[in-house]
Amino acid sequence: MSAGSTQLDRSRGSVWRRVDRRRRLARSVIVGLILAYLAILLIVPFVSIAYKALSPGLGLVRETLTAPDTVHALKLTAIIAMITVVVCTTFGVIVAWVLTRQRFRGRAILNGIVDLPFAISPITVGLMAVLLFGRGGWFEPFFAARGIQMLFALPSMTLVTIFIAIPFVIREVAPVLEEVGTEEEDAARTLGASSWTSFRRVTLPNIRWGLLHGIALTAARSIGEIGAVLIVSGLLKGQTETATIYIFEAYELRKEAEGNIVALLLAAVSVLLLVAIEIFKQRKEKTKELNA
Amino acid sequence: MSEAHAPAKSAAIVIENLTKRFGNFTAVDDVSFDAEEGAVTALLGPSGSGKSTVLRMIAGLEIPTVGRIWMEGEEHTFMSVQERRVGFVFQHCALFRHMTVADNIGFGLSVRKTPRDTRRKRVDELLELVQLGPFRDRYPDQLSGGQRQRVALARALAPRPRVLLLDEPFGALDARVRQELRRWLDSLHRELGVTSLLVTHDQEEAMELANKVVVMHEGRIQQVGTPSEIYDEPTTAFVAGFVGAANILSGHVTEGHIQFGDNRVAGAGHLEDGIAARAFVRPHDVRLAGQEAAAGSVVAIVDRINRVGWLSQLTLRLPDGQQLIAQVPKDETEGVVPGDRVALDLRNAKAFAAEEAVSAAGEEAST
Repeated sequence: MSAGSTQLDRSRGSVWRRVDRRRRLARSVIVGLILAYLAILLIVPFVSIAYKALSPGLGLVRETLTAPDTVHALKLTAIIAMITVVVCTTFGVIVAWVLTRQRFRGRAILNGIVDLPFAISPITVGLMAVLLFGRGGWFEPFFAARGIQMLFALPSMTLVTIFIAIPFVIREVAPVLEEVGTEEEDAARTLGASSWTSFRRVTLPNIRWGLLHGIALTAARSIGEIGAVLIVSGLLKGQTETATIYIFEAYELRKEAEGNIVALLLAAVSVLLLVAIEIFKQRKEKTKELNA
Repeated sequence: MSEAHAPAKSAAIVIENLTKRFGNFTAVDDVSFDAEEGAVTALLGPSGSGKSTVLRMIAGLEIPTVGRIWMEGEEHTFMSVQERRVGFVFQHCALFRHMTVADNIGFGLSVRKTPRDTRRKRVDELLELVQLGPFRDRYPDQLSGGQRQRVALARALAPRPRVLLLDEPFGALDARVRQELRRWLDSLHRELGVTSLLVTHDQEEAMELANKVVVMHEGRIQQVGTPSEIYDEPTTAFVAGFVGAANILSGHVTEGHIQFGDNRVAGAGHLEDGIAARAFVRPHDVRLAGQEAAAGSVVAIVDRINRVGWLSQLTLRLPDGQQLIAQVPKDETEGVVPGDRVALDLRNAKAFAAEEAVSAAGEEAST
């Protein structure tokens, strides 16, 4: 296109230069508008929370972050996120493998069901858990008989988080598995590798960037989750309070400053994860290109 | 049924009544052949003829629906892939993309727990053999297509397989590299003498590399023989049409000849009088008999004449409208111009009943 316009420049002179200038102007206006839009929607809130969190002074920051309630909330979020990542990664890889490597009746249905958690509101997910594990719920007698506290405790909070985060690893890994194909796995088997060895030494390295991308998304989602967790937590201060619930509560109790500080911390973690996600995504795309 | 004549399995690979069905589709239909120790056997056929499926069943990557597979006198039909000790070279090389050349070649040894220094020595040996010594630390995406296929071959050979299975190994490469690799593989095979089974759709490749050719079509074996048997004595219309170029002339059988218009060619003695039949004649078996029509020669009009190198290619039209290509030495066509009437001598015509020849003709048109 640029080669063409230089040729035209030579033959038609100023008319084309003017058109070209107008076009360039239009482009910068559009880019400018988009940047402004993103700045207003994304960056301004981030800056404002950073400003609000840090303006009362670093003393309050230290005090808030070392207070037993805060530490407990952050720990709880970390525990839930870790369990969620482990479970969703393990099952996600298995489901992705089954979806891409096996042909069976109901595969299309399974493929659709996998996305269900994306479609359902977290509040509904929380309510479903309450109905199952709460008084009169189907599973309540089973756990009550064994003395396991499901509702208003870690188990149900983790369970709903896992439910919500199920699709990420599957949706990131399945296309890569599809793209990579089965020839390398076949080759490994003819060379004497067992299925497990072939998975560990051939398949896993091939899907690693897609997998890490999925894991980072899972972690980000489970750290940020509040809707479903709030419903099943029972809001027990110092017991079932995650970082997000802490922020929610802080505002309820008019302790905005503390809430802002924890919110800023979560936002910072998210930004770090976002950077990781971007890096993994680029590597993943490269894996796909290499294949083509 | 096969128990009766069981282990007289002297050949390196013996395939008995192999059938593979995928749902309603029969990919391989009652295939039996054997491959001699130390030789190259080619499975030749168009795509979809089931040849790759046969190879994958021998490797254990597919389970046969019916039939048996023997290697070196031992039944392999239900053995796992890992136990079979076959070397497999895939069409798209299937190199492990995250491993270096050396790690790729050493993979088969490392999964079999070969000690580190033995492994290193063997990898060096193979790098030498495939002439890729300087590339040992490169990754597959830093190699050319031909180099990748050589690494794939070295990787398959490293654990000293009993047989080498090659699935269209040069299929994805361009023509010049194919030629080069084919020559190289031929000399490599002479040096190593490993029993090899080569799947290909390229008849030239099969003819040049194999001691024995198994021609397949629609899941069935059409003919088994040496390359010259396949070329010179095709036993089915499919083989006559698929292997090497051939003119197909339709007519009907009269007194052991195929009659088309006023012309006739010999070679239909085995066919019943009066039935529709086709004669397959190679372009180099069409010779000019001189301007004057001698007894038993075929008369045709020259449509086009193309003189390239030492060869003339003539496009000829028979009085009944059928076309014919002839390839004759250039000096025999001196003075011949388009529009001339020439007498032809059709040698080595192979006749097949028409209904049998239909599929072969269809194949010809599609390629």
